[in-house]
Order: sequence, then C-alpha cells, then structure tokens
Amino acid sequence: MSISRRRFLGAAGLSALALVGKSHADVLGGGSRRDAPAQATPGTRLAVVIDQKKCLEKEGCDACVTACHRSHNVPRLTERAHDVKWIWKQRFEDAFPEEAAAYVNETLKGKPVLLLCNHCDNPPCVRVCPTQATWKREDGIVMMDWHRCIGCRYCVAACPYGSRSFNWVDPRPYIAELNPGFPTRTKGVVEKCNLCEERLAEGKLPLCVEACPEQALAFGNLNDPGSEVRRLLRSGFAIQRKPELGTRPEVYYIV
Amino acid sequence: MFMFEKAIVGGRRYWGWILILFFAVGAGFACYLRQLNEGLGITGLGRDVTWGLYIAQFTFLVGVAASAVMVVLPYYLHDYKAFGRITILGEFLAISAVMMCMLFVFVDMGQPMRVLNVLLYPTPWSMMFWDMVSLGGYLLLNGVIALVTLGAERNEVPPPRWIKPVIIVSIPWAVSIHTVTAFLYSGLPGRSFWLTAILAPRFLASAFASGPALLILFCLLLRKLTAFDAGREAIQKLALIVTYAMAVSVFFVLVEVFTVFYSQIPEHVEHFAYEFAGVDGNTTLVPWMWTSAILAVVSLVLLLLPSARRNEPILAVTCVMVFVSLWIEKGLGLIVGGFVPSPLGAVARYVPTAPEIAIAGGIWALGFLMITVFYKITLSVREGLAA
Repeated sequence: MSISRRRFLGAAGLSALALVGKSHADVLGGGSRRDAPAQATPGTRLAVVIDQKKCLEKEGCDACVTACHRSHNVPRLTERAHDVKWIWKQRFEDAFPEEAAAYVNETLKGKPVLLLCNHCDNPPCVRVCPTQATWKREDGIVMMDWHRCIGCRYCVAACPYGSRSFNWVDPRPYIAELNPGFPTRTKGVVEKCNLCEERLAEGKLPLCVEACPEQALAFGNLNDPGSEVRRLLRSGFAIQRKPELGTRPEVYYIV
Repeated sequence: MFMFEKAIVGGRRYWGWILILFFAVGAGFACYLRQLNEGLGITGLGRDVTWGLYIAQFTFLVGVAASAVMVVLPYYLHDYKAFGRITILGEFLAISAVMMCMLFVFVDMGQPMRVLNVLLYPTPWSMMFWDMVSLGGYLLLNGVIALVTLGAERNEVPPPRWIKPVIIVSIPWAVSIHTVTAFLYSGLPGRSFWLTAILAPRFLASAFASGPALLILFCLLLRKLTAFDAGREAIQKLALIVTYAMAVSVFFVLVEVFTVFYSQIPEHVEHFAYEFAGVDGNTTLVPWMWTSAILAVVSLVLLLLPSARRNEPILAVTCVMVFVSLWIEKGLGLIVGGFVPSPLGAVARYVPTAPEIAIAGGIWALGFLMITVFYKITLSVREGLAA
C-alpha cells in the first residue's frame, strides 16, 4: 500500500463530492436562506458573512462557539495563555481597531464580535509556512496538516488576526467531551478553524452557520452572484478586518 | 576528529572551565528533556507572545556569526596583515555562533522530530526555508575555511589556492544570513514593529558592532590567560570597526524612531511605547530597554573618544557595554516587543521561566564550550609551531 495521506484525502473528498452532488443541486435550486456548501472547484470562493446586528440579538449567546469547539475537540485549557480558539468573541474595538475612533460606531463599541480564521484569499500564514503544512484550497479554505506541522509558529506570527493557536501542552486531557468523529491534536502543533471542511465534504454547512439560533451567519460562494453571501453583501454596509494589509479576508461583517 | 587531540590536553584551569560548561550544558539538556515531554508550555510563552528568549537568542547570534566578515574581509580582500592572527578566531566564533543559532531554533520547535520536513518539503516562498539554507551554507563555508587554513598553518604550507574563492563567497554569504534573518520578521503584514525596510540594515550594523566587540574581549582574555597576543594594531582596528558599526547602528535606530514618532501611526508607536514606557501598566521590558539605550549612548561616546578607545582597560569595559546593550536590544526587546501589543490589542506579560532560561543558558554554555575547544586547538597549533 503506497498511497499518500493527501492523495487518500483527495480521493475521499472526490467520492464525497459525487455522493452529495445531488443534495447540492436541491439546496441551490431551492433558494434557501443559506447556501449549500460548495466543493473545491476553481470558480468557487467560499466566504462567511456575519450580520452583526443579528449576532448581538441574544446577549451572551455562544451557541456557535460551543458547537464548533465541541465538534472539533478543541481543548479548554486552564491557563489563559495556552488557550486554543477556533471561533470566539472579542470586543469590537479589538477586532476593528481602525474603526474605533472616539464618538464613532458607539453602538458597536464594547460589543462582542465573532472572530474566526478569515480564510484569506492571500494568506500570509500560507506564505511563511516552511513545510507547506498550511495551504489554501482552490475553493479558498486555508487548511492545516497537523501531521506535517513542525510547530515553528511562524504562521502564528504572520497571521494579523490572531486566528491561529498553538498547542503549548498536550490538549487531550483538556477535552471535556471527546468527539470520536474528529481527530484530536498533539502538543506542539498549530491549529485553527477549518471552515468545517469535514462537514462540507458531506454536503453540510459549517457548524457555526448551522448552530446560530439567529441565523446571523451565512456561508456560500462569493463568485456566484446569486449566492446568499453576495445578496447579503449587497443588502448593507459590510466591513472586513484589516483589509488594508492585502490579505483579502473572506469573513465579512454587516454592521 | 581533526586536531581534536589538542583539545584534551590542558591545565587545571582549562579543565575547571570545561567542567563548569559541561555542568551548564547538562542542566540545560535536562530541562530540554522536560520541555520535550511536557511541551513548550513550560516556557513563559503563550498565545500572544509566541516567540521569546529562544528565537531572540537565535536572532542575536546570527549577527555574531555574520560579524566574522569584519575580520575576513580586511584580511583576505585588502590583505590587511594585522588580522592574520585573529581571522581564524573570527571564523571559529562564527562556526560556534551558527551552531548555537541552529540549536536555538531547534529547541523552539513544537515538534522537533519533524524539523527535517523543512528539507523534505522545500518551500522557496518561506523565509524560514532560506534561513535554513543560508545558515547551513554559512556553517559549511566557515567550517571548510577554518579547517583548511588552520591545517595549512600547522603543516607550514600556504593554504591551497582553491580556498580563496570559497573565502570570497563567504563574505557576501555572511551578509546574507543576517539579511534573511531580518526578512523573517520584516515581511509580516500584521507586525508593525518589524515591518520596516531598515530592519535588515539595522541587524547588520548592530551585528558588526556586537561581534567584533566580543572578539576584542576574547583577544584581551586570551592575552591574559595564554601566550597568544592578537597584537595592539589588530585590537585597535577592531575597535575602530566597532566604533563605525555602533555609530551606524545607533543612527539606524534613530531613523526608525523618527519615522515612528513623527508619523504617529498608532500601531507603530505602541510597540516603542511598550518597550520604553510600558502599556496598560505592563512595564516588564522598560528597565531593560533603557539600560540598553543608555549603554549604547555611553559606549558610543567612549568609542568616539580616541583616548578612551586606545586605553585597553577602558576599551574592554566599552566592549562589554556594546555587547550587553545590543544583546538586550536584539536578544530581548526586538522579538518580544514585536508581539506586544498583539494584533488584537492584548498586552501580554512575557517573562521566561526558569527551565526556559536554563535551556538557553545550556546552549550558550555549549557555544562557549565550542569556542574554548576551537581556540585551544588553534593556539596549540601555533604554540607547536613556535616551539
């Protein structure tokens, strides 16, 4: 048996694509609120649009965070400095320091904003990784190979969004409820949001999108003018985090 | 190993020193085994300050390694004879420093057993790949040059002709190792503290001050402890090199300070504010950075005064000041300062832990051990010739 891990995964992805092809067509045709997951085709640019107003609807809600972290076996560490985060909330002025001038955006200041990997179109983390342990898929998902990562943390330094976490200690003892359907990580590797690529391969939406009780998150193909993400971006004023850095982040916030 | 037999003959003082170094290396190694077992969580690093003491030492020592060019270039390109006796000392210093650099990167890896993935999946768009290439090449170049020239010296024959082009290549190569190391940092879009084109020139200038300063101290020490004398002319010329390099280094820092504070762009100002005044009550680096700044100014004044520079005891103190000042600047401030505040505004408190300091100390001890052995071999070869 000499089949590389990546080739195996590729084959598995293609098989999944064949399986879910039908359901895709159904959902796309049905004009659902949220788009069906797109697969890795050259014309696809996956993106997430977050409606900030809806996100703030329920105070203290962390349904998406809990769902994501539980499903992806993200540990809950005792020491804050060792935290691992795939999706989390942070004050508006920390997420958008350039939008936080005095007397401007007062309604947003101090309010929590949902943060996750921006799956940049031009990701600095991918550029710096010395082993190609992190790479961008054709559909735009920035992926991470935990088995190749040497733990140099160059990507962590390169990410301008603080979206990458390093396993400072063995994370396994800190996983409250183990999900046997998803791998755990070892100490000494970097991890981050994978836009639920394992769910997309099964034709499901990312968990954060699905888990939100207010339907504040939308997911879909930016290159499709009829997609929900495009419709939402047309509907209001949207911002991205630090677009001036040229990373072309693919998480949008309607404010 | 090549002429290694000369390193195992020595007096009580020599063996006492070796024993102390062995002890420090052993302590560092024991702590490293703990880190290997428990993960980098035993260090003071965390999600906001992800590189610290190890990577900072690496950065500083790349400079020490590169600075060998300051003796190699005058000797081989300009045939400056006074450096004839110390050129090899500079090359051995470079070899030891590069080895320390590699070890500092190695101990910083989360998955050290996978480190060869860098060669297995060569990634030309990653600066870390080029850093590995340039450091490895530099080690090889200097290793070959030092062994061949010292071997020729022992056999009392001129070095083979083919070594000259190798030496010439090693000169720009020395510049490249520190340039690429600066590029590791200065190409990151979200880290304003490092995002400046002056970083590589700054690295080189400070390296060409700190490395020769260390070499002066070694020469003075060797004259005190052994029969070796580098010669007053060589030491004075080195002092002049340190003077120019220190002046340029301070100038480059001030150029950066002007751009940062005159433009008043917050994300550039806040890192300097953190280092020299503290942010949100976090003043961990403040006393260090002011010590570094004051030492830099005082040592520069002493270097610029001919009477002070020509007075060897004063020169020795000045060189210690130069070295300590630049070690703080690059070996502490430059890396940590780039992470605080974080892109999300976090002002993390990073203090290296005891095992982290022991591991770093162990690598420094190993570096000194290498230098001691290399210098011992060199001096033994020369004593044998003189006898």
